[in-house]
Amino acid sequence: MKETKYTRIGEKTLWTKLANGLSVCIVPKPGFARKYAFFSTRYGGMDMRFQLNGEWLDTPAGIAHYLEHKMFDTEEGNALQDLTKNGAEPNAFTSNAITAYYFDSTEHFYDNLKILLSFVSVPYFTEESVAKEQGIIGQEIGMIEDNPEWQVYKRLIECLYKTSPARVSVAGSVESISHITAQTLYDCHKAFYTPSNMCLCVVGDVDAAQVLSITEEILPKEGGPVIPRDYGGEENLTPAVKESVCRMEVSMPSFLAGFKCRPGKGGEAQMRQNLIGDLACDVLMGESSPLYAKLYADGLINGSFGSCYEMLPGVAYAYAGGDSNDPKAVQQAIIKEAARLVKEGIDDAYYQRIVRANFGSTLKSLNSFENIAVSMVEGYFHGYDPYRFPEVFDSIGKEDLIDFLRENIVESHGAISIINPKEESNS
Amino acid sequence: MNEIRKEIMEEVYLTYLPADKFKTGELSIQMVTPLRKETAGLNAMLPAVLRRGTMRCPDMESLAAALDRLYGAQIDYTVRKKGENQCVGFVAGFIDDAYVPANEKLMEQVCRLMGELLLDPVTRNGRFLPAYVEGEKSNLIDAIRAIRNDKRDYADLRLLQEMCADEPYGVSRLGDEESAQHINNQKLYQHYQNLLTTSRVEVFYCGSCSWERVESAVLEALSALPRGVVEMPAVAQLSLPPEEPRLVTEEMDVTQGKLSMGFRCDNTDIPAMIMVNLLFGGSSNSKLFLNVREKLSLCYYASSSFHRVKGIMTVSSGIETKDYQKAYDEILKQLQAVQRGDWEEWEVPGALSTMINSLQSLSDTQGGLENFYLGQAATGQAEAPEDLAAQLRQVTEERIMASAGTVKLDTVYFLKGKEDVQ
Repeated sequence: MKETKYTRIGEKTLWTKLANGLSVCIVPKPGFARKYAFFSTRYGGMDMRFQLNGEWLDTPAGIAHYLEHKMFDTEEGNALQDLTKNGAEPNAFTSNAITAYYFDSTEHFYDNLKILLSFVSVPYFTEESVAKEQGIIGQEIGMIEDNPEWQVYKRLIECLYKTSPARVSVAGSVESISHITAQTLYDCHKAFYTPSNMCLCVVGDVDAAQVLSITEEILPKEGGPVIPRDYGGEENLTPAVKESVCRMEVSMPSFLAGFKCRPGKGGEAQMRQNLIGDLACDVLMGESSPLYAKLYADGLINGSFGSCYEMLPGVAYAYAGGDSNDPKAVQQAIIKEAARLVKEGIDDAYYQRIVRANFGSTLKSLNSFENIAVSMVEGYFHGYDPYRFPEVFDSIGKEDLIDFLRENIVESHGAISIINPKEESNS
Repeated sequence: MNEIRKEIMEEVYLTYLPADKFKTGELSIQMVTPLRKETAGLNAMLPAVLRRGTMRCPDMESLAAALDRLYGAQIDYTVRKKGENQCVGFVAGFIDDAYVPANEKLMEQVCRLMGELLLDPVTRNGRFLPAYVEGEKSNLIDAIRAIRNDKRDYADLRLLQEMCADEPYGVSRLGDEESAQHINNQKLYQHYQNLLTTSRVEVFYCGSCSWERVESAVLEALSALPRGVVEMPAVAQLSLPPEEPRLVTEEMDVTQGKLSMGFRCDNTDIPAMIMVNLLFGGSSNSKLFLNVREKLSLCYYASSSFHRVKGIMTVSSGIETKDYQKAYDEILKQLQAVQRGDWEEWEVPGALSTMINSLQSLSDTQGGLENFYLGQAATGQAEAPEDLAAQLRQVTEERIMASAGTVKLDTVYFLKGKEDVQ
């Protein structure tokens, strides 16, 4: 395996690509009892339209997530139970861009790894078991839809985008998932769960040779073709709608203000763009920014306020929000402050400490095996090395942030989503 | 783990856990005080007000700047309930000296800042700044109201409020809205002075610094801490359930209903009760998960928790309103199965394995260790995670059944949708 050492952050990685096209990454963690395995496919909620055997297929919204639920079924029973019996804590998630299956355990790690690799690579569905899942996922969708944080986010994305599949909920709707059959699930598994479209990341004090030999033994010998996907073409930077307002059972209004940005193009440039976006959000409205202090002192925001920059396939956006009794005043204050920074520049000492703080918090995130694995896999799928963040930080300057703010944090790219309390609870 | 725990000042304990595998150090300073309805809101509001500014860094902007310069060190205020005690204070995370480019020592600087937050808040005329008190008062009230936003948390909280209405355990960690409304600057400042003098202080450190460095940094940071007659942390009392279980129903405009059930456990065999809870609903291989959720598709989630210092077990589930009776019956049926020892061969070793895994994993996160040791200290328990693991391995099937046999339903809380929405 190819070994890389990162002295500035005290880390090491081992990478290899197997004959079947699977990339394997091991992040050694001596001294830790936990061992964590994360097996992921580059297939998420946004991958609804793709080409298989030369034909374009349109699949129902929510199918990647549905497939994730059904993958735990095995001919003998249920892999979740097999792992839990061994003391492992297994779980899975589907995001816009990836589906991942993982567990951590302190004992029986290699047995658990065999179970993980095997259930993810061998589909087993029946019409009956697929139909039964409709109820469970329908309930999950109901629960998500009751969640104000989810609603405010979903509505923001619907404001920002006209056609991008980012608009569509990863879980789909009760209606869309009713079109899913065992056959569609098999098709999607065949297209996207091939070793060459996947990545295995193991974090912990493990024996690399044993991980590789288990992987070679369990997984198919052949990779698979590259699957072309359609994300509906790149959108211009004007939001579809400027605002969305609705009412729910919440105690005070909450909101998200978003700004459409140019999507990433992969490689280390994408990682750099991501760090610039995060730094720009921090400089503009992070917890130690003058704007944050002023809005907090004026009672326009509270501790729930936060901001971040997000990059998904074919889209990117910055957004900020939380609870507020006057969301639009906060949105306007953000736009005004961005314009001021563009005009007056960023104070040097201020910029330096924001970079310090960002370096510290990125380093801190390496305490989490989950974060390490997710960033390794995402980095791999996008063609960059996440552990090179200290070097990439070094390559960024104040002018990059100013450019980011000038181009993106402007009225014409912005939209806002607001959830107001229902009348009767607004006493 | 080679932990050291020592009283370094009067009723100030330092728990020290050496570890160099993390990227960070973690330091926590907590005041431990009995949970009471009258003071819960004051205690909850206090660290939030203190976190607003010190004499040296009098506002959030200058505090945030100081933390940024310490490489994004974080100091969060915390309000926790441990048994029938409330623990309020600060938890700090900061990068380990090994990764600080300029060879700065961060622990001492962070510790000093925490001491200032606790003992040297910005004041005017012997009071806190009015704007800070008013701001945090409305934040506290918002936070209490916001519990309604997450219906699962809300139902679980309402269950405990109803079930332990006459016990401190029924008091929420944030207190209630009505008491919060009555807080003013004068009362809060007085309470602050009193709390500093009378509360047990628990300090926790995990990281690569030596005991000597940590002890001297903490002694220096807390040198101005006044000590009077210290009130010992409360020991929770066990209670018996009523003759007939109580049923409380509330309505809200929600798609999904929430059914929460509270049980009293009349026994002191804690390791056996931990096993009962795991088998019943404490893992993704439990009877509630496998039967009520997976097999019968009655709920999206169904799980149980064991509140060991209080001898209470609670069930939390999300159901369709129309399925109330079915879900209720099924949950009780699964409890009876545990009481009868009706389980398959793999269930007990599986449950044990899950718990051992989570105890062994504790030492891999600083936050987990801090929370565990604070809980132990606040509830007067001394065992380390590995001691608890050893006790669990000794539990027999007979002890599990015997303990489960003492579990009785006390209160049912049902949050139902206004209409049966599909």
